[in-house]
Formats: sequence, C-alpha cells, structure tokens
Amino acid sequence: MKGIAHVYPKDHINTDEIIPARYLNSDQEAELARHAMEDLDINFTQKVCPGDFIVSGDDFGCGSSREHAVWALRGAGIRAVIANSFARIFYRNCINNGFLAIECPGAARKINDGDRLEIDLVNGKIVNLTQKQAYAFQPFPEFAREIIAAGGLMEKIKKEMV
Amino acid sequence: MGATITEKILAAHCGRDKVKPGELVNCEIDTIMCHDVTTTPAIEMLEKYQIPKVWDPERVVIMPDHFVPNKDIQSAEMVARIRRWAQAQGIRKFYDIGRHGVCHALLPEQGFVTPGKTIVCGDSHTCTHGALGAFATGIGSTDLAATLATGKLWFKVPESMLFVISGRLPEGVYAKDIILKIIGMIGVDGALYRAMEFCGEVIDDLSVEGRMTICNMAIEAGGKSGIINPDDPTLEYVRAHSSENFTVYHSDPDAVYSCAMEIDVSGMEPVVAVPHLPSNVKSVRQVGDVPIDQAYLGSCTNGRIEDLRVAAQILKGRTVAANTRMLVVPATTEIWKQANREGLIDIFMEAGATVSTPTCGACLGGYMGILAAGERCISSTNRNFVGRMGSPKSEVYLASPATVAASAVAGKISDPRQYL
Repeated sequence: MKGIAHVYPKDHINTDEIIPARYLNSDQEAELARHAMEDLDINFTQKVCPGDFIVSGDDFGCGSSREHAVWALRGAGIRAVIANSFARIFYRNCINNGFLAIECPGAARKINDGDRLEIDLVNGKIVNLTQKQAYAFQPFPEFAREIIAAGGLMEKIKKEMV
Repeated sequence: MGATITEKILAAHCGRDKVKPGELVNCEIDTIMCHDVTTTPAIEMLEKYQIPKVWDPERVVIMPDHFVPNKDIQSAEMVARIRRWAQAQGIRKFYDIGRHGVCHALLPEQGFVTPGKTIVCGDSHTCTHGALGAFATGIGSTDLAATLATGKLWFKVPESMLFVISGRLPEGVYAKDIILKIIGMIGVDGALYRAMEFCGEVIDDLSVEGRMTICNMAIEAGGKSGIINPDDPTLEYVRAHSSENFTVYHSDPDAVYSCAMEIDVSGMEPVVAVPHLPSNVKSVRQVGDVPIDQAYLGSCTNGRIEDLRVAAQILKGRTVAANTRMLVVPATTEIWKQANREGLIDIFMEAGATVSTPTCGACLGGYMGILAAGERCISSTNRNFVGRMGSPKSEVYLASPATVAASAVAGKISDPRQYL
C-alpha cells in the first residue's frame, strides 16, 4: 500500500473541516468527496491521487459524528489517515467502514508533505520511502481487527445474523 | 471495589454483574434515536444488507431536526425517505412538523430519557441525556444501522473522570459557563474515550435543564458520555415527562476514577470560547471590545425554556443594537408554545430579535442564520470550529444565553451582569 503523504500537522482537525455541514444534504460518496477538507485546504481534492494518505496531529476527526467525513475522504481517494490520535466516534466510523485510521504518535513531525509512504499492515509499520525511515504504529484493537477482517461492521453483523 | 454509574448501566445491559474499564461489552440498547442527516445512510445500509426489519420498532424514536423544516429539495427527499421507511417498519414514534424539535431537547421532554437507560443516536451530542442518569453516546451511521438491525451495540467500557463542582455559582454565571470552563481546563480531547461524571453542590443545585447543558458538551472535551447521578430533581423531571419504568443506578463511594478534579466556581465570571475551538475559553472581561454581527440563541445546548427566560429578562424593555441581528430558536415546539404563553416571544420581537421554528439550522451552518465572510456571531451553541455557522472566514464565539442576550443589546461581546 503505497502513496503520497498530505501532511496537516495541526491538532483537532474536526469533521466540520473534513466535510462541512452545508453538504450533508447528500450522503453520496462522490458528491461528498468533491468538498473534502475544503474549509481547511481548498486545493485538497486536486492534490490527492487515489491511494494517498493524510498525516495529522492529535485528536483527528473530533466534533460531529457524521460518518460522511469518512466517506468524503475515501471518495477523494484517501486510503488511510495516519495521526497521533483520533477522536472516538470518527475512529469507530473508520473501523466500521474498513477504512484505515492508523495511530502513530509523532508521525506528523517526522513525515514531510509529499513524502512517499508504504504502509505495512502485517508488520505494523509505516515505511517512509523518501526519507528511508520506518515508524511502528499502534496495532489495531481486537474488535477493530475482527470488523476489518469481516469487511466492515455490517458484513460482520450480517454473517452473525445468518 | 465499587463501580461507577456508567459501569453499572453497561453491566446491566450486557447481562453481567460487573464490568471493568477497557473491557468490550455488547449492550442492549433501550432507545435508538434517529434524525434526518445520519439516518438515511443507515437505511441504505439496511437495504443493501437485506435486513428487512428493525429489531424492535418500539425502541426507535425518529426526530428529524437538522435541516427541518426542509431547507432544500435534497433535505426534503431525505426526510421523505425516512418517513416512508418509518411507516413500512411500523415505527410510530415519529416527531414530524408540528411536534418537531432539536432531538436532544425533544427526547427527554417527550419522556424517552429515564435513569439507567442506554441511548444511542447518530449524533455526537447524544451525551446530553446523561443528565438524567442514563448512558447515552453518539455514534455514526454504520453503528446506527447495526443497532437498528440487532438492538445491541459494542462498547469499550470507558474509564470515568470525576468533576466535583463546588462553591456557589455567582449571579450572571450559568451551567454553560461551567462546562466551557472545564473544556478550557482539560482541552478538546481532555476526556477522550472517557465518561465525564459531574457532581458536587453546584450540580445538586442546578436545574435538570442546566445539567443537560453540562452533559451536552462532554463531547467537546472528547468524552464518550457525560453523566450525573440521579437525585430528587431528576426523578421529579422524569415523572413529569415519562411513564416508563426505570432502574436508578448510582456510583459507589469507592468507585474508581481515572482522575478527579474539584472546581470551585465561587469566583467565576461569565466566559466565552473564542474562535476556533470550544477550549479557547476566556472571561468576557478578557476579550475586550469585540463587535458582533449576529447573536444566536438556541440549539441542544441552550435552547430550552430556562435559556429563553434568562435572555428575555435581559432583553425586556431593551433593544438589539443597530447593525446587530438576533435570532431566537426555541429548541422544541413545546418550548416555543411555553415561551409564547409566558410572553417571551413578544419580548424578543419587541426587542428587535426574530424568533423561528425549532431547528438545528444555523448551529451547524445548515440554514436560517448563516454567516458571511468576515461576520462574527456570539452563540449559545456548542461548536466554534472554522466555518461551523457559515463562511470559513466567519467567527463564532460560544457563550451562555445571558451573555448572548447582553451582547445583542450592546452590539459587542458583553458581560450580562450589568443587565441583570
């Protein structure tokens, strides 16, 4: 899993910044993706190529519970968000969608905007191909592994219901 | 070793005697609340995964509020879809126009919040309902679909933080000032993943509405929930609003907390959270002369009758300053009617404010009071993030209803004590 890092080093990037509420009259991923991060960085959607990563500080995804934030980022091409830490509801929403929220304290300090990264999920590390460094990340909690393995929460529930 | 109220409620809902922080538990959910924005995606998921019926339609309460009355064709389509779905599912508790309101004000008012319950909603401010001694937390749309399908939801049992609010609340200082002060002290992720339990003589003396304001903003410190142990005022409120049976839980004296903080509010002054985080808290005095374009009174945080009364007390016989507009949005239909009976609507209109029908509307930058670039609003709501109420170049200052009303009169951010 390789891609370019888009680094937003600040803490507390909230879901209003990820997808402003004025666009919540739609839940279509492609429509939401057009406005991803626009109040923070108006050029975001033009910069991102499919498979890229966001790298950020503490408490990424705080604020509103809108799962639209996950869909907007995924729709814009983001494969994973790497952050020092995540807000609770956003983290759950990522896991439930099988979208990668990777906790790696200090990542936003070490990784430069535009660095090429490879995420190694098996060994739990982020390889910075540009800087030739590697960083270990926090393993996913057990419940998250189960949900991701099932392909998302609804897949897991559907299997359990049958 | 004792248990906290949160641990007791979660244990009772997963069939265990005891649970410990960090454990994963699959809990029965007593009430699932649905609003307009996050429910349509959940309905789509249920359809995609061919889950034809919700687990129990009697546990589902639908309260469209964000873009209601419909702000545009797309939001009208969303609510129309939810209406059709509710009918097909046999969900009877649907609060449509005429009975509508901001869901976190409406849910307790209509008697769906009782002590000891588990409550979830696809909305981060669900933590409000901990004010009545329930475990209530916000979830996303997939979690909502899962709960609708199974009646259960997984939680990691949170650690609890204890906030002991002591002293005597000075005149002109309110529940909103207390919770802003706490968020200012611990930061917007100071309670991440944890339950915030509030107690102390000041909490005991607060009205149930004031307690709701406090628990409502637990999420602004990153909390999973806010909660207050039930007491006589809780039970009085619940009996007046609900006919449900319930079980009251209390934290044990030897319950374990990840931390305990005592906050003496005796010397407190009215505060505001300046842009762009709820934790940027300063006293009104410290912010100096800050002119405002708009004053907004409403929301799940501070749109209840008590909030309207205190604002009306300040606005009575006064007028909103020139070049300033004031919007009053009673949080529910019943609150609107009560305000009308008490003459508060007249006071607001005579003062030059305007009063709208209940909606979340402008609080989240939806409609009915959006800010232009360069505009500044003082607001009784809960978030002052970039672009929260409109243009990303606008500013929101968070404050109590009294400070909002005082600022509307002065045309700049102002201490309410001079008008009381």
